[in-house]
Amino acid sequence: MSRRGERPMVPEAEFTSYYGQPIINPPVWEPLDIAGYLFLGGLAGMSSLVAVGSDATGRLALARVAKTGAVAAAGLSLVALVHDLGRPARFLNMLRVFKVTSPMSVGSWLLAAYVPAAGVSALSAWSGRLPRIGGLATAAAALLGSGVATYTAALITDTSVPAWHEGHREMPFVFVGSAATAAGGLGLLAAPVAETVPARNLAVGGVAVELLAFERMRKRMGMVAESFDTPKAKPFIRAAQGLALAGAVGALVGRRSRLVSALSGAALLAASAATRWGIFHAGMASAEDPKYTVVPQRQRTVTPTA
Amino acid sequence: MDMDTPRMGFFTDTSVCIGCKACEVACKEWNLVPEDGLNLTGMSYDNTVGLSADTWRHVAFIEQRKPVENPDALAMAAGGDLQWLMASDVCKHCTHAGCLDVCPTGSLFRTEFGTVVVQEDICNGCGYCVPACPYGVIDRREEDGRAWKCTLCYDRISGGQEPACAKACPTDSIQFGPLDELRERAALRVSELQGAGVTEARLYGEDPTDGVGGDGAFFLLLAEPEVYGLPPDPVVPTRDLGTMWRQVGLAALTAVAGVALAFGVGR
Repeated sequence: MSRRGERPMVPEAEFTSYYGQPIINPPVWEPLDIAGYLFLGGLAGMSSLVAVGSDATGRLALARVAKTGAVAAAGLSLVALVHDLGRPARFLNMLRVFKVTSPMSVGSWLLAAYVPAAGVSALSAWSGRLPRIGGLATAAAALLGSGVATYTAALITDTSVPAWHEGHREMPFVFVGSAATAAGGLGLLAAPVAETVPARNLAVGGVAVELLAFERMRKRMGMVAESFDTPKAKPFIRAAQGLALAGAVGALVGRRSRLVSALSGAALLAASAATRWGIFHAGMASAEDPKYTVVPQRQRTVTPTA
Repeated sequence: MDMDTPRMGFFTDTSVCIGCKACEVACKEWNLVPEDGLNLTGMSYDNTVGLSADTWRHVAFIEQRKPVENPDALAMAAGGDLQWLMASDVCKHCTHAGCLDVCPTGSLFRTEFGTVVVQEDICNGCGYCVPACPYGVIDRREEDGRAWKCTLCYDRISGGQEPACAKACPTDSIQFGPLDELRERAALRVSELQGAGVTEARLYGEDPTDGVGGDGAFFLLLAEPEVYGLPPDPVVPTRDLGTMWRQVGLAALTAVAGVALAFGVGR
């Protein structure tokens, strides 16, 4: 619903608006569903890549953690996505067409193939049955998972929401870093220390990619980057950075301790989620304030007419 | 697409809008659009605020204080410097429509008239079209869960009638017709106004080379677009989709390489 109430005609000197009303309609998505899905999709997709690596290097406990994490996160993702629909009973209409112009359509088809693959992979790992089919499913889930973990960047940047769209070059790398942080964190949290070396490497690399890509994105956004400092977004962004650094340091320092590794893993998972929530809320803030739409558009119009 | 049917659209000439809101009412009546709040906003005579799922025509009222040549009675009463802008906003039926591009169900489609319409029996309320629109037109109806917007009266124009808002407009501020014809008429009108000294007169959304490929519903405005709550340089978000998919592909490769590295390093 649009905000109503008396507002000044010109809220700030440098730009004009219609009674301070937003130009674009802000997304109707719920943070728990959609920021939650961005996190879970990253965790699931990247965990499937961890699973294939673990199988290949004979780390059976890490493989089992990754496969279980992948199918659980993917299952919860489906619940969140269906719950966020205005007409949940019509969720199957998502598979009515395939459109490359709609990242949501591409994502629906990706998930439709990915979730069964991740499910078979996990079932086979737990039951010990059908190892060949399980291996194929694990490979398929890893391949599709690399898409599941990254396409969500196109999902949110293919909108007119300034803080999302203006980041369309860097967002996939922020998301892939955040996904690696989460999947590495899950491995550290749940796998025995003897098998967590790759999880630790992945998490540390993920933190580095996420933080660097985020800074680059923020720098290239110009004034729109202010939306990351708005009251709802800022605490999540700060928490994400703090938790990511703490988790990475903990993972490196406490490599021999089960407890420190697990705590680091939990911090890394929380960091990944906080990144998604921060980006979600920055987008909402940038949609609700007309200045983030008007000022950049004004700046790029060559000669404003009188 | 039927090649015999020309692309149809609206030309909304705000210089003759009198703010009667007949368009808002006619639209609601014809399309059975629900009530959208009975609030007094204090925003001049505007109590519908903006386009939404339940407001498909929206009349904006802007009170400007600036010296007026030949003030009328109203301007005189306000001290001779009140200029009142009124404009009826509507879905732009873009050439490159963001809502249509991102709709994952195929509910939004392009009609034989070149307009963009939601099929309400297919929409599952995913809400993707809402932030895709660079103009803030389409929205999800809370109590119903589906996306709604102007259809350019698809039912009426299919039967050879003009849309309800255009039919009801008493000053022909809202003109309906083949887009080519409307563009010619608008060009004449804007040069006529410029010639008469109305230097603020400009067309908005008529240019097929703009960020949305031109609007099927375009406007003659008497101030900067943002004064009316319109974006000054709208661009369809899918214009950058090639870059987005490329970056996603690179990020996916980074994921695969990163995991391989993570398993290769340190034992």
